[in-house]
Order: sequence, then structure tokens, then C-alpha cells
Amino acid sequence: MTLRALFLRGLLPGAGVLLAAVVASLLLGAGDVGPERALSALLGGADGDARFTVLELRLPRTLVAVAVGLALGIAGALLQAAARNPLAEPGLLGVSAGASFAVVVALVLGASAATLGPYVAVLGAGAGCLLALGAARLRGAGDDPVRLVLAGAAFSGLMAAGSSVMLLVDARAADEIRFWTIGSVAGRELADLWAVVPVVGLGLLLAVLVAPALTALSLGDDVATGLGHRPGRVRAVAVAAVALLVGGATALAGPVAFVGLVVPFAARALVGPDLRRLLAVSVLLGPATVLTADVVSRLVARPYEMPLGVMTALLGAPVLVAVVRSHRLPSL
Amino acid sequence: MNPDQSVPVNPGQSVSAHPAEPDSRLRTRDLRLAHGSRVVVDGLDLALPEHQVTVIVGPNGCGKSTLLGGLARTLPARSGAVLLDGRELTRIPTREIARTIGMLPQSAIAPDGLTVRDLVRYGRQPHQGLLRQWSADDARAVEEALTAADLHGLADRPLETLSGGQRQRAWIAMAVAQETPILLLDEPTSALDMGHALEVLELVRSLAAQGRTPVLVLHDLTTACRYADHMIALKDGAIVAQGPPTAIITPDLVRELYGVESAILTDPVHDTPVICPLRVTPSGAAA
Repeated sequence: MTLRALFLRGLLPGAGVLLAAVVASLLLGAGDVGPERALSALLGGADGDARFTVLELRLPRTLVAVAVGLALGIAGALLQAAARNPLAEPGLLGVSAGASFAVVVALVLGASAATLGPYVAVLGAGAGCLLALGAARLRGAGDDPVRLVLAGAAFSGLMAAGSSVMLLVDARAADEIRFWTIGSVAGRELADLWAVVPVVGLGLLLAVLVAPALTALSLGDDVATGLGHRPGRVRAVAVAAVALLVGGATALAGPVAFVGLVVPFAARALVGPDLRRLLAVSVLLGPATVLTADVVSRLVARPYEMPLGVMTALLGAPVLVAVVRSHRLPSL
Repeated sequence: MNPDQSVPVNPGQSVSAHPAEPDSRLRTRDLRLAHGSRVVVDGLDLALPEHQVTVIVGPNGCGKSTLLGGLARTLPARSGAVLLDGRELTRIPTREIARTIGMLPQSAIAPDGLTVRDLVRYGRQPHQGLLRQWSADDARAVEEALTAADLHGLADRPLETLSGGQRQRAWIAMAVAQETPILLLDEPTSALDMGHALEVLELVRSLAAQGRTPVLVLHDLTTACRYADHMIALKDGAIVAQGPPTAIITPDLVRELYGVESAILTDPVHDTPVICPLRVTPSGAAA
């Protein structure tokens, strides 16, 4: 595939969808500031309520959703390449649940959400990565993509149960904790975003550095070695990048499942299996996916909102079923 | 960044640590290789002659693929060493080795949707770096490899839509594009019919004629005799015989390797040995 084809088939449609999603995210909401009022506020209108809603609530929320989508989409593409498994998704494998659980434990131990950096979430995500991939390496599980997901589901369930136990232990923090059991970008502020920028930025940098070598791993470890790569080291860097990205995203928005599955799935349909192209397209499709899910979550139950995590699950579950039911799983 | 712009295909300056022995860049010294606790190759000393087709033969489980893996550093030596230009392989950066030794394992796998050209382009990775991305030299090498493997008409086809022979040629083209002086191929003709197997082996011969050093593991002894300049017969991880096929192939060697009584004929066109198996050696009579 030439660069021109990558642009026409992947980057252009991706940019179009992302632009539409950003506009929708700024103009549409569960409240009573409709598209016309929001648009005039954006263009400098004098409507104070509308200006506040659009610039102080929806704009930060949009930026947060972009960051979350970017991190999760890239993390999904990396994890799928490292595990050579099209179902390897941070949410499904329990990486997000691990990150959330780590945050919940820190909250119960007395940390406050305001002072809690993203690093606790990164540690939890890292532990989740290692446990899920370790479980998949157990005898007989290595070659079967579905088993990896089963291992992840078991781990995810365990982490969710752990978080629920924490809810019982510490009712005081219940509201805060409940946020960490289902993802959302509502009410997030720019300060929250800036706190995770170093973590997500480092994750993205590692992703860019490791992408060529990780791409070669799709030809098998022996071929990759023959091409001058060290498979063990490459996987370790990839997993570190996933932990940083998922930890950062989870610290921002709680566990948001299926984004890491849906985004690479769509990108693969657009530009084929090459990881470097997948990453380039995922940069656009990740934010677009989370933004779209967030906009829909504001509209379906007006004047109430549905949490983002519920929406991505509704979107992602059919994709999961489609991937599993397709004639055979695409091998990576 | 990599200072040398391309690997010389025909190095006239190849270093030989032992001037008395044949010119050779890749050797082993008292090499031991093992899978887990099972030692497959032990105490092996070997030198691969330059610019010749070397074929490794031997019965199932004799350590052919293990040896190739050892030479390619995918299987680390338990003791002894593999030496490239007199340096231990473990002391050379893996990317530097990848510019000298190419490796195609048996039954390699590729992701769905990967096209032939995409695959061949992977062969250029050892020549690229963070600062040195895709170059005109890389483009030339890919085109030459596609031409050598006669794949130009198929370059944009996904691998899974090709026949077995075409797919195998695509993998070999990837290894060719790597432009390594030494090329290790593990059973490149397995699962290929006679015509496709010949295509692959003719390609290998032409690479040797261009000054490269191909090393193959082959299953079929007669085919090996036809294409080998230098043959290495392995049994139980040790070299039983080595040299030109016409010099080493005898009924005794075939009996020792495979436990088969045979008659050795001569290819009327190429004068190479043709092995005509007669019967399994009765147990007790085996060497």
C-alpha cells in the first residue's frame, strides 16, 4: 500500500469522522443548550449560559475524550500485535480493570481523588498486562486467541469483585469508587487532562519507537530475530507502552472497555494488517470512537446521561461477536 | 545510524581465521545446542564454504533444523560458539548480524492481508534505523528480489491468495531483499510439488552464482545431491560425512543415515548421484 492509498483509504476518512465527532461533541448535549445556541456561543455570541456550557463543560470534556480515545486505540493496536491476538484488548484482558482496582485501593487507603496521580493507575495497568499475558502463556493457552480473552475475563471479574468489596469496606468513598467501576468523561476538567499528559505522551513515544520491530513480530519470533530484532525486549517495551496508555486513560475516565478492540478492528478493515499504518489511522479513529460514544451517551437518555463505559460496551460487544464468529479469526 | 550503505554481496575480503581451511565466514567451534534438557548437537565443528550451496541432510530428528537455528542465533549455544568472521555471534549486535546472515525458518507465518511487496519490504529492516528510513537503495533491493523470485505480477496480491509455491517464493524474496552474504533456509521446498521445488532451488543456485552463500536443510537426498556444492550429512547431531555429493554419497552412507539399502545411480545430465532406495536394512545388520 502506498502512502497515497494510506491517506485516501485511512487518514482522510478517519480525519473526516473525527472532525464530525468533535463538532457534534461541542454542539450536542443532554442539557437545554441546543445546537443553535451552542454554535452562536462558539462564534462569540453573548449567551452566557451557552458560553459556559460549551467552553467550560463541553470543550474540556471533548479534549478528555480525545485523549482517552487516542490512548486506548493505540494501546489496543499495540497489545494485539504483542499478543498476536485480534481479541487482545485492554478492557477485555482486565488491564483497565487492574488500573481501576489499583486506584480504588489507593482511595480506600486514604488518597483523595484530587491528589491521586495517574501513576497508581499505570502500576495497576502494568500488573494487569503481565497477569493476563502470563495466564495466556500457561500450557495450551498460547495459540488460542479465545483462551486469552477467557483468562482476561476471569481476571477482569476478579478485579471488579475486588472493587465491589472495597465499596462495602468503605462506604465513605462509595461515590468516588463507583466512578472507577464504570468509565465516564463527564465532569472531567482540563487539570485532570494535564495530569496524564506526561504518562500518555511517554506511552505514545514508546509506541512510535517500538512500532517497526513490533510489526516484524507479526512474521514470527524467528523471522523477527533474523531481521535483527529481539522479540522479548520488543514485547516488554510494547507492554510498558500499553500500561502507560491504559493507566493514563483509566486515570482520566475510569475503565472504558472495547475501544481497544473496535478501533484496530476498523483500522485493519481500512488499511490492512501493517501495524505502522494501523497506528497512524488509530490516532484518528480512537478519539472519533470515544467522542461518538460519548455524544450518543448524552443523547439516548435525555435529560440524563448514560455512562461512557456502558455506551462503548454496547458498541463493542457486537464487534467482539463479529470477530469471534467470522469464518476464522484473523491471524496476526 | 548505520554508516555502511549496503552489505557487499560478494566480499572479496572475507576474513579467515584458519588460512589452511577453506575460505569461510561462518563456522562453529565445539558447538552444543539443546532444546530444554535434550542435547541435540554436541561438540560440532563446522565451516561453511563461501559462495557455494551447502545442503544439510540427515534423518528426522538428527538436528538439521536445530543446527540451522544455532547458526541463525534463534537457538542460543549451550557451549562452544558460532563464529562470524572469527567473532562470536553472541558478541555481535543482532542488527549487525541481520545484515550478514539471513534466515528463513520452516513454515513461516504472516498476518492475513499482507501483500507480497509488503513482505519483501520487511527484508530491508536491518538496513533501516530511526534516522535512516526507506531509501532508494531499499526500493532497488525490493525490486531486484521481486525480479529474482519472478513475483512482479503478484507483488500486490495478499499472501493467502497465492499457491504454496508462490508463497514460498515470496518468503525467499524477503530473505533475498535482506541482501545478506549468508542465507539460511530451513526446508524451503517442503510442501512444494516438483516444479515449484525446482523453481526455488534454481533461485538458490543463482544466488550462489551471484556470490552469496546459501545454506539449506533439505529432506530429499537426490534433490540435495543435485543442488549441493557442499553436503553435510548429520546423524544424532554429529557430522557423519561432508564434501561434494559425488565424493561422499555411497550405499554405506545411505545405510548409516537412514537404515536403507540403496543403489546409487548417476544423473545422466548433471552427473550427480541419484539414490534408488531398495529396502529397509534388516535390523541387526544396521551399522
